[in-house]
Amino acid sequence: MTTPTLVPYAEAVSRYEPTIGLETHVELGTWTKLFCGCPAVFGGEPNTQTCPTCLGLPGSLPVPSRTAIEYAIKIGLALNCSIAEWCRFARKNYFYPDMPKDFQISQYDEPLCTNGWLDVTLEDENGVEQQVRVGIERVHMEEDTGKSLHVGGATGRIHGADYSLVDYNRAGIPLVEIVTKPITGTGPLAPLVARAYVTELRDVLRSLGVSDVRMEEGSLRCDVNTSIAPLGSAVLGTRTETKNVNSLRSVERAVRSEIEREAGVLDSGGAVALETRHFHEDTGITTSGRSKEEAEDYRYFPEPDLVPLAPPREWVEQIRRSLPELPSVRRQRLQDEWGLSDKDLAALRNADAIDLVAETVAAGASPADARKWWLGELSRRAHESSTELTALAITPAQVARVAALVGSGALNDRLARQVIDGVLAGEGDPDDVVKTRGLAVVSDDSALLAAVDEAIAANPDVVQKIRDGKTSAIGALIGPVMKATRGRADAARVRELIIERLS
Amino acid sequence: MSSELTRKTAVELSEELRAKNVSAVEVTEAHLDRMAETEGHVHAFLHVAREQALAAARTVDDRRAAGEELGPLAGVPVALKDVLTTADMPTTAGSKILEGWQPPYDATVTARLRQAGAIILGKTNMDEFAMGSSTENSAWGPSHNPWDLDRVPGGSSGGSAAAVAAFQAPLAVGTDTGGSIRQPASVCGITGVKPTYGGNSRYGLIAFASSLDTPGPLARTVLDAALLQEAISGHDPMDATSIPEAAPPVVAAARQADVEGLRIGVVTELSGEGYQPGVLARFQQAVELLESLGAKITEVSCPHFTYALSAYYLIAPSECSSNLARFDAMRYGLRVGDDGTHSAEEVMALTREAGFGSEVKRRIMLGTYALSSGYYDAYYGKAQQVRTLIARDFEAAFGQADVLVSPTTPTTAFRIGERADDPIAMYLADLCTIPSNMAGNAALSVPCGLSPDDNLPVGLQIMAPVLADDRAYRVAAAAEAAFTERWGHPLLDDATGPASLTAKGAGR
Amino acid sequence: MSITRDEVAHLARLSRLALSDEELDHLAPQLNQIISAVARVQEVAAEGIPPTSHALPLTNVYREDEPSPCLPADVVLSQAPAVEQQRFKVPRILAED
Repeated sequence: MTTPTLVPYAEAVSRYEPTIGLETHVELGTWTKLFCGCPAVFGGEPNTQTCPTCLGLPGSLPVPSRTAIEYAIKIGLALNCSIAEWCRFARKNYFYPDMPKDFQISQYDEPLCTNGWLDVTLEDENGVEQQVRVGIERVHMEEDTGKSLHVGGATGRIHGADYSLVDYNRAGIPLVEIVTKPITGTGPLAPLVARAYVTELRDVLRSLGVSDVRMEEGSLRCDVNTSIAPLGSAVLGTRTETKNVNSLRSVERAVRSEIEREAGVLDSGGAVALETRHFHEDTGITTSGRSKEEAEDYRYFPEPDLVPLAPPREWVEQIRRSLPELPSVRRQRLQDEWGLSDKDLAALRNADAIDLVAETVAAGASPADARKWWLGELSRRAHESSTELTALAITPAQVARVAALVGSGALNDRLARQVIDGVLAGEGDPDDVVKTRGLAVVSDDSALLAAVDEAIAANPDVVQKIRDGKTSAIGALIGPVMKATRGRADAARVRELIIERLS
Repeated sequence: MSSELTRKTAVELSEELRAKNVSAVEVTEAHLDRMAETEGHVHAFLHVAREQALAAARTVDDRRAAGEELGPLAGVPVALKDVLTTADMPTTAGSKILEGWQPPYDATVTARLRQAGAIILGKTNMDEFAMGSSTENSAWGPSHNPWDLDRVPGGSSGGSAAAVAAFQAPLAVGTDTGGSIRQPASVCGITGVKPTYGGNSRYGLIAFASSLDTPGPLARTVLDAALLQEAISGHDPMDATSIPEAAPPVVAAARQADVEGLRIGVVTELSGEGYQPGVLARFQQAVELLESLGAKITEVSCPHFTYALSAYYLIAPSECSSNLARFDAMRYGLRVGDDGTHSAEEVMALTREAGFGSEVKRRIMLGTYALSSGYYDAYYGKAQQVRTLIARDFEAAFGQADVLVSPTTPTTAFRIGERADDPIAMYLADLCTIPSNMAGNAALSVPCGLSPDDNLPVGLQIMAPVLADDRAYRVAAAAEAAFTERWGHPLLDDATGPASLTAKGAGR
Repeated sequence: MSITRDEVAHLARLSRLALSDEELDHLAPQLNQIISAVARVQEVAAEGIPPTSHALPLTNVYREDEPSPCLPADVVLSQAPAVEQQRFKVPRILAED
């Protein structure tokens, strides 16, 4: 079979209507696993965080964590879902070495939360803000599997490996699976909608404090379903399920690439196969995984080791009352408080800097200053060291202090950057760095005047221009003064002194 | 001396131990000696924990010598079905696939026995993964009925029943999913109880059918069974299906032992065609006896009981097909075919093929079928509805009667090999016991004589509502007292097996 | 309703049982016999009857989110058929999950 060519995106969406759906797995940030008291933390030595229950040893039994259920209800409420009055866990039966019991305790036809929605905003190709309401089909709970290391063959790949090594530390960590309804009618925006949805979902989950939602570490994992149908067709096309989508950018790219590929298949007279596909970060394309043709028969049935969940309504209402301000509401509030345009806000959001700015403002900085530092200097640092803003070794309180020192004239921007260097290098708080590096602005006019006089004497032609009325030439005198004071002068004061001297 | 000790009941041993007339080590040695004498014939044990048992006995003796106040089971030997995990003994559930498996943890029942100072003698034989009614499905060979070594001791807790009937242990723990305590107790002429589901913890019980499995006691007297039950019962936070309410006071009920004014319902559907005439005769006699003791006998109908066997053979295999999936050669137990040429999938299939016996495979396949998409509603779903109807039948019947009675099993012990390749005939052994597993209520079997047609023991099943286990003990103890008085001695004294196995032989 | 030898072979694959041909020959009629016997449940008038999956009406049994001790890794791995790098060593896995 020849591989059909990809159809360029713009052309693909001019003839086909995409439908997408997302299934997102979120690791809950509980202390313990879903059904046993083993720690649910990331990255212990292999097989040190297990017990008979999460190892699925003969005779062991699961007992659910109340907190995990509470978190799942919290998520459901934040996503505007109904919370089931009565539901059960079910066993999903399939054999796999990383699954200790060879069944997964999950939920099937009785999910804990159903029928909600999440509003997401995105900018279309013309920079116009669009809002899309994404329907939430269900939110249910299940347990995570262990992790396999594939040895031999191409490194780390399952295909061609000689054998595998399994670590069950992750087995039993609580997961919540959030499934959208099919998202239709978004046309060429589909990839952006997918990305905006996962972004908004991530922000909601983070605001709830139920997960650390790190896609890179796998605490938020996304499967993307994509299908296309000829424009105007009443029938949906066959969908594929793309796994291994590990960043927000990949979500968008995976959908785009699947649309291009499926269009190619249909254009060449083929049929899209119902299958699992894998997304490759490096190439940006998907490749075929497991065929779903011989559909897995999971033989779901109610988990007999667990009793039904019937969350009392008072409990649900209590959880509802405890919900924090959700990101969309908060963003609107902050936008008003900070006087931002939609674009300003979008920039902050894209940089994942809203929380940082808010905390910096809370620590005393003005919204404008806080934005300036985080989106300017600090974003540049993060970019340089290929890390996230949130991962920089500087706290909002420290940024607020730098802004305050600049505001009071104790630092100029250039010195402030050096202070930030010091803080990032672990030299302590801004005031410590100022002290140890001797970075305070020279505020003694007599010291400055010597440097000013020196600059005037050394640049008679510039002095002449200024006297002729070209005040913009003053900068050419400020430079040497700053140099002479090794940057510690207040440029505004230097300017004043030069004007004084020449008048 | 030593043989006299093995003939005593647990209650008698407890009293002797408390009075320091005998030491726990002496009691333990007596039973180990009895085992050495009889195991060659009975094969009740898969693992005898001689050293651990003697060490535990010494500890009990030391504690008692130090003046500690110990519970009634301290120093009393007990045999544990090999389906309950033990951190210091292998646990195989009668299967080759778990050969040599050493669990890293104790089942809750095991832990409570240790806490009570009971002496665990070893692990008893059973049908593989508790699937069977004869112990012939054990990967390690069948156990034999002490009444007639050519006959089965019942199953799946056949080893536990045979050990108690052969005086190797005064007490044994079994598990009952469809009758696996009551049926072997019945055919071995002893008492066996399936408590209310959730009354005894399942933590550490290697699951066959999770919604039905119940651990419970086997003993030579009703009071002994009650003593063991009180030691192992009660809420366990490790088992989400464990009942939070206080356990019923079964020892007091067994001591009360009267039926005066109680309404006893005879279940119409649990008799008639397919029942051995001698079994029905003894059952009828037992009902008359209870009436003579002051009970009011009524007949009750439970129409859906006739579907119980069918529903059971859908529900239990379905759950087992899932519960037994974990035996996949990856983490413990047998691994077959790992020679570098086979994939994990193939090694799983080769290991399961080699490690499971034919009955286990049959049930896994049956359960896989019943849960398959397209068949679920017609089989598993329907069986779950029948389960509701059975529970409703019980509810209605318990409106008319305080306890219900029936024969425990339609026939006496059958011959080894007789039903080996006829699964349906084998399944009929659980006809009367299954309804109580389906509804979760308490039920027990107490001896009611020897069948006149073959001189083998017949059991009387007494069923009580959920959490009214004490009511069944009360009736059983009354019947036991009246029968013993009528026979002039306990039923086991009538055993006619090889002299070395019978009570009389042991006493001589 | 009868079950074919092919269906039995399919069930064996689903159940991860490498049944021999002789076993298949033996099992197919046995399963057929059992299935037709248990199919009696379909005769029951069960319209509107709720299914029972749990014998007792317990609900909402939880555990508090408090850590309990884990097993030491050497104990966990002591029963494993094969071990490497403190992990369970398993044969190569064919199907991707």
